[in-house]
Order: sequence, then structure tokens, then C-alpha cells
Amino acid sequence: MMNDATPRLAQKKQHIIRREEGMQVSSWHAFTGTLKRDLLLVFRRRSDVVNPLLFFSIAVTLFPLGISPEPDFLAQIAAGVLWVSALLATLLSLDSLFQQDMADGSLEQLVISPHPLAVMVLAKVLVHWLVTGLPLTLLAPMLAVMMFLPEEGYSTLFLTLLLGTPTLSLVGAIGAALTVGLRRTGVLMTLLILPLYIPVLIFGTGAVVSAVNGMAVAGHLAIMGAMLMTALVMAPLAAGAALRISLNG
Amino acid sequence: MYFDSFSEFLNMGGHGLYVWMAYGLSAVLLIINVVQPVMHKRQLIKEQMRKLRREQKTS
Amino acid sequence: MWKTFVAWFHRMGSPKWFYEISGRWIPWFAAAAVLLIAVGTVWGLAFAPADYQQGNSFRIIYIHVPAAILAQSIFFLMAIAGGIGLIWKMKVADMVAKSCAPFGATMTFIALFTGAIWGKPTWGAWWVWDARLTSMLILLFLYFGVIALQSAFDSKQSAARASAILSLVGIVNIPIIKYSVEWWNTLHQPATFKLTEKPAMPAEMWMPLLVMVVGFYCLFAVILMLRTRNEILEREKRTHWVQGLLSKES
Repeated sequence: MMNDATPRLAQKKQHIIRREEGMQVSSWHAFTGTLKRDLLLVFRRRSDVVNPLLFFSIAVTLFPLGISPEPDFLAQIAAGVLWVSALLATLLSLDSLFQQDMADGSLEQLVISPHPLAVMVLAKVLVHWLVTGLPLTLLAPMLAVMMFLPEEGYSTLFLTLLLGTPTLSLVGAIGAALTVGLRRTGVLMTLLILPLYIPVLIFGTGAVVSAVNGMAVAGHLAIMGAMLMTALVMAPLAAGAALRISLNG
Repeated sequence: MYFDSFSEFLNMGGHGLYVWMAYGLSAVLLIINVVQPVMHKRQLIKEQMRKLRREQKTS
Repeated sequence: MWKTFVAWFHRMGSPKWFYEISGRWIPWFAAAAVLLIAVGTVWGLAFAPADYQQGNSFRIIYIHVPAAILAQSIFFLMAIAGGIGLIWKMKVADMVAKSCAPFGATMTFIALFTGAIWGKPTWGAWWVWDARLTSMLILLFLYFGVIALQSAFDSKQSAARASAILSLVGIVNIPIIKYSVEWWNTLHQPATFKLTEKPAMPAEMWMPLLVMVVGFYCLFAVILMLRTRNEILEREKRTHWVQGLLSKES
């Protein structure tokens, strides 16, 4: 009996020690762990990546059909149309940010884990941006060709989307976190988030228009960078607090 | 008094429609905002009284 | 001084105390509101001189400007009250924050609507994408967002906390929105019409305006107290003191 019990006890003790070490895993590990897990999940559900891109393309296509296919006219509205469509595509993809984790219970695990929630929210937002914002940014120049955007605007369009879409994902995370516990979220989240997106839209479109008119865009890009930094610091905290509330209610 | 006659006051130098529309709508909205909480309180008290009476009957 | 403030702050957290004190304050504030708004309206409509450029249509200013001021300060108060409720878990602060939203939205709507009416004779159009009008419109959307979020939750506590977070996020965003909208407007159309670029108003014009602003604040105080008292009655209906109060009323 003794011979049998001792190794088992030792095993158990080691298990406990390992678990205690696990508790002391740094915030960085919590970040990378969440990142890896979410990336793997996205890799398995590839429609989450493709659908926003399809939406983006279709939404842009509607404008020439609905307004006018005139190249001169389209060139004028191209920047605005691309930005508005990118905004809506991001908005529609926000459901996937927390909804799945809420359904399978892993969101509660995140909230009760000893690591700062904001760090893990940041990892989730980063994954969301990698699978929606970044592809949108890469696809946008192609759609810009179809919208007859003047050549001078391409690099600026790309840069503004690169700076702006992470801000959209970050701010959107607050809305997604506030509504994750509710049954009908779609329209409500739109109502909460769209007004907050307006500054990004104004500066994103403004920069492209200035570039097309041959004016300097460094100022616009600097302001968009500043908005990104502000959102980077504050949005994960606000979204974390919102997640705690949503799970309690 | 800035105006010479009452009809001039109503006319507002040709802008009467705009001025009175603005004041009228604002007055309506303000009154609604005052009346609504008062009515709501009355309703709350009525509901609560009904509940109290029901509880007293059953006990 | 600080100690009395802290003591007052703590007592303010008791719904019962708030209910009693607001019951005593409401008549005074209501009387002040009625008096000031009546005096301001008559003064502004009948006695103030007409603007030399806009004529009598400028008299809309006496509701437009107070409504616009209130619209912004109510959002500010809502965010502060929400923050207090969030940090110190003070129930009364939650209720005050909730009671702010409907009147704030009304004020924003009045500011927008009177602005549009004023715009017709002045600018020749009901709506102009003027920077101030646009940021007011966005403020109205923010109010609607808070109200919609309030009603989406089943639990009153969660509703209060969630909308507190939303209004705090909104308060951080309002300056950014205002700045960007102002910047956007100057880019698209050089400032053709600006309400602010008038010569400084003479005293007989701005005095009634001041009276109206103070009157609107008093009216807001009355409505805020009425709504908060209703919230207290609803949430504390199980407590002894509310039951006692009700049996006295009947």
C-alpha cells in the first residue's frame, strides 16, 4: 500500500506545484495564450474572415448601381464610400468578438482568471483586427480601382485604413462587450457604436481627399495615430469593465 | 414693449410662423416632460396600493 | 468644509434622505422655473430689440441657446453621476444618471429643431451641415444609445452600470467628435454662416437669455428630482419606509 501511495502523493504534490506556477504566469503569457487560442479558433471558422470582406465588396458595389456609374462622379465619392463600407463591415463583424466565447462559457473563465482582463481583451481585439481590419485594408485598393479613385489617393487610403481599422476594432469592442449578454444585439450595438466611429470616418476620408487634391496628409495621419493610441489605452479597460457587467446581469 | 400693436407682435416682422413654431413646439415638449413623471408617479402609487391590498386580503 | 461635504455626500447616498429633501426642494425650484421662464419668454419675445440683421427671427435664440447649453451639461452630469454610481456603488447616483437621459435628449432635440426653424429665414434652408448642428445631432444619437442600452437590460443594476460606462465613453468622445466635426466643416465649406460671428450683443438682448438659461436649469432640477423620486419608489418598494409612505398617501 505504502509503495503505491507515495508516488501518487508525490505526483499530486507536483501537480499542485505546477498549478501554483501556472497561477503566476505573467500577463504576457496570458496575452499570447489568448492570442494563440483565438487565432486557432478563427482558422477553424474561416467564414468569419471571408464574410466581412464579401460584405465590404458588395456594399461598395451598390453605390455605382444606386447613384451613378460616371467615373468623374465616382472618383469624388470613392474615399467616402470605401470608408463607410469598411466601417459597416467592421461593425457587422463585431458580433463574433465575444458572442462565441459567451455561448461556450469560456468568456466567464477569462473574467474569473487572475490575469488583468484588459490584456486578454486586447489580445481578442488584435485577433479581430487581424481577421477583419487587415484584410479590409488589403482589399480596399482593389475596390478603389473600381471606384476610379485618382492614383494619388491610393497610398493614403491604405495608410488611413491601416491606422483607422484598429481604432474601429478597439472602440467596437466596448459596444460588443456591453451587449454580449443581451438577446437582440445587432441594431443596439450599431446605435451605440456608430456615433463613436464618426471622428475616424471624418479624418480617414479627409486624408484621402486631401491627398487627391495634392495637399499634405501628415496632419491627418498624426491625428488618426493619436486616436489609435487613445483607444489602445482606454478601450480594453472599458471593454473589460463592460464584460464584467454583462456577465453579472 | 418693442412692438407697436398686438398684430405686429404676432407677425414678428414676417417671421411669425418660425418664431411661434419654435416656441410652441418647445412648450409642448417641456410640458410633456413635466407631466410624464407626475403621471408615472401616480401610476406607481396606484399599482403599489393594489398590491398592498391584495397582500392584506390573503394574509 | 471638506468634512461637511463628505457627510452631505454620504447622506445623499441614502434614497430615503434624497426622497425627503427633494420633496421639500421641488416646490421652490418649480416656482423659480415657472417664474424665470415666463419672465424670460415675455422679455425675449416682446421687449428685447430685434437683431439688425436677422430681424425678429432671432428671438428663437431664447430657447435655442438654453436648450443647447442644457443638452451638453446634462450629458456631463449623467456621465459624472454614472461614474459615481460605478465607483462607489451609490444607488441614488445610478438613479440620477438614468433620470438625466430623457430630458437631455429632449433638450438636444429642441436645440436641433429650433436651430432648423431659425435656419430657414436666416440661411434659407431648414438644415445646414453646420459644425454645431452636426455635433448636436451626434449628441442626440449618443443620448438615444444610452436610453436604448438602459432599456435593454432586465436587471436595473446592470442597466445602470452598462449605461454609466457608455456615457463615460461618450464624454471622452464628445470633445473628439466636436473637434473633428468642426474641422470637417471648415474643410468642406468655408464658414459662410456662423451664429457666433455677430457683434457682441447689447445687454437688453442677453439679459433675457441669461434669465432663460437659469430658468431652464431650474426646470431640469425639478424634472430630475421628479424622475429620481419615481425611480426610488420603484426600486425601494419592498422597504419599510416606502410602504409606510404609501399607506400615508392613501
